[in-house]
Amino acid sequence: MSKLTPILSAHWDEKDSFTIEAYTRNGGYKASQKALAMDPDAVIQLVKDSGLRGRGGAGFPTGMKWGFIPQGDNKDHYLVVNADESEPGTCKDMPLLMANPHVLIEGCIIACHAIRAKNGFIYIRGEVTHIVRRLNQAIEDAYKAGHLGNGIDLVLHVGAGAYICGEETALLDSLEGFRGQPRLRPPFPAIAGLYARPTVVNNVESISAVPAIINNGADWYQSMGTEKSKGATLYSLSGHVNNPGQFEAPLGITLREILELAGGIRTGHTLKFWTPGGSSTPIFTQDHLDTPLDYEGVAAAGSMLGTKALQIFDETTCIVRAVLRWTEFYKHESCGKCTPCREGTWWLVQILRDLEAGKGNEADLAKLLDLCDNILGRSFCALGDGATSPITSSIKYFRDEYIAHITQGGCPFDPVASTLFVGAGA
Amino acid sequence: MAYSTQDLATMDSIIKRYPRSRSAIMPLLHFVQSRVGYVDGEGIELIAQLLALETAEVSAVATFYTQYKRKPVGEYHVGVCTNTLCAVMGGDAILAGLKEHLGLDNDGVTADGKVSLEHIECNAACDYAPVVMANWEFYDNQSVQSAKDLVDSMRQGNPKPPTRGPNSLVTWKEASAVLAGLNDGKAHEGVQAGEASLLGLRISKEGK
Repeated sequence: MSKLTPILSAHWDEKDSFTIEAYTRNGGYKASQKALAMDPDAVIQLVKDSGLRGRGGAGFPTGMKWGFIPQGDNKDHYLVVNADESEPGTCKDMPLLMANPHVLIEGCIIACHAIRAKNGFIYIRGEVTHIVRRLNQAIEDAYKAGHLGNGIDLVLHVGAGAYICGEETALLDSLEGFRGQPRLRPPFPAIAGLYARPTVVNNVESISAVPAIINNGADWYQSMGTEKSKGATLYSLSGHVNNPGQFEAPLGITLREILELAGGIRTGHTLKFWTPGGSSTPIFTQDHLDTPLDYEGVAAAGSMLGTKALQIFDETTCIVRAVLRWTEFYKHESCGKCTPCREGTWWLVQILRDLEAGKGNEADLAKLLDLCDNILGRSFCALGDGATSPITSSIKYFRDEYIAHITQGGCPFDPVASTLFVGAGA
Repeated sequence: MAYSTQDLATMDSIIKRYPRSRSAIMPLLHFVQSRVGYVDGEGIELIAQLLALETAEVSAVATFYTQYKRKPVGEYHVGVCTNTLCAVMGGDAILAGLKEHLGLDNDGVTADGKVSLEHIECNAACDYAPVVMANWEFYDNQSVQSAKDLVDSMRQGNPKPPTRGPNSLVTWKEASAVLAGLNDGKAHEGVQAGEASLLGLRISKEGK
């Protein structure tokens, strides 16, 4: 029996998988029919019982989030789907929406019914023209088929290139027509979200998991995964491997198992470091190949499951270059609202640039860690926290390599050796 | 730039998507780019007028998001991912190669107005690294040479099609209209998934 459990990805190999015809042919829109006939509270209870947790990074129980929406308050409620997939390494929601946008739409219908919302919004990153086309067409087709427009409306909102809008409160500000900057919490979106109304913000994959749960039941979903991390999820393997790609598997699978399926690390090379869930999650090394990739397993090993973005780097990769580039990203994407993040990421880049160029000294490493200490937990949102993860974890595992840049007066690595096209004459 | 009656009707329909009109700022800015190619002062003023806002409030939004351009870009806007994974896998070499090949700095536009070049952040296609985007369509698994061939095809007026996208590459203005939420009828074109997206599914069908 396969270690993999394609559920979301089960029909991606059908040429017309993104059409409403294919989705319906494969049993689509039966779950929403079933759910709409259920009491909304029963739908919430079913999702609670399934053990589904947020697939956007934080892992908060989805059913519990829905249950936080006040009922009978005579206010408009909103569902907002976070499709602003931008965390470096994360590449699961975009292929999902390209191949099967209707599963998200059906999930939205069910979620809106459960939280008594008449309006849902999908906030998608702006740098994906074709996926915007596919989703827009799918929404049109769902209206034509009567799945939408009978009490539940869905609007596609296209972003414009800001990583910070993946943060749920910045996303809400952006959706309201402001600069995307995080809000201080509390109040949480469940109480005062979009237009200060009770709002559920869920990741694409979380909402898309719901139709199958409605169809097959909570026990079925519970049968996959580990004790506290139930179900299956998309793991995205990228980087120095022979076969990168998407692997839908029960939570708790290990990198060693996924690498075996994917044909291993790039031939002739060895694993050096990897991220379990995007660049904001502390890096892992060879020592973590058997860490169960579920919420608890990864946390116990000192990192976070995040978005299950497994970015693999082999021994040709310079850790200082890798970390500098991520840090430049955080500096660029810091929205500027909170001083520790805005100023701190700027200083982190200055120091790392010196270190990479061989112009640093050992005191710089202490300064980096001190800066990280002053950024972590001191801003409205987690962007600044994420910026510290690659730095503190890389100094922990690869301090010697930072020192080598200092003692050798420059980078000891050949950047050509790490490219995909090395030896191919580029 | 004069906006036609049809343009104004489209902008009105964009505003009507939302319970509160201010939410329409972002699609309206994409729409202005679809008509002008970038966000100019006149576009800012028009949006402010339509939404009953100050121009400063619209400018504040327009300048926050990197996809809104304040000066013209090329008919084909090329983005090379240089976030860590793509950079290491070859994105840095591709960007350097294109700069040299086109004689451009970052954010530069060729004199014929055909191609502009920008280094971009992660585009959610890491399993296809190194990735190049053109008008925000995917060009997967690029090399220095394939990227040079791509921009050459653009300058010759016959751009190579995206790897995972429509049958042919649309212009920057046409892509901006899609991002404003307008349907160009091309959703059915192109593959449903690339090979990397299908890898796990294929392996599971082999029973592994």
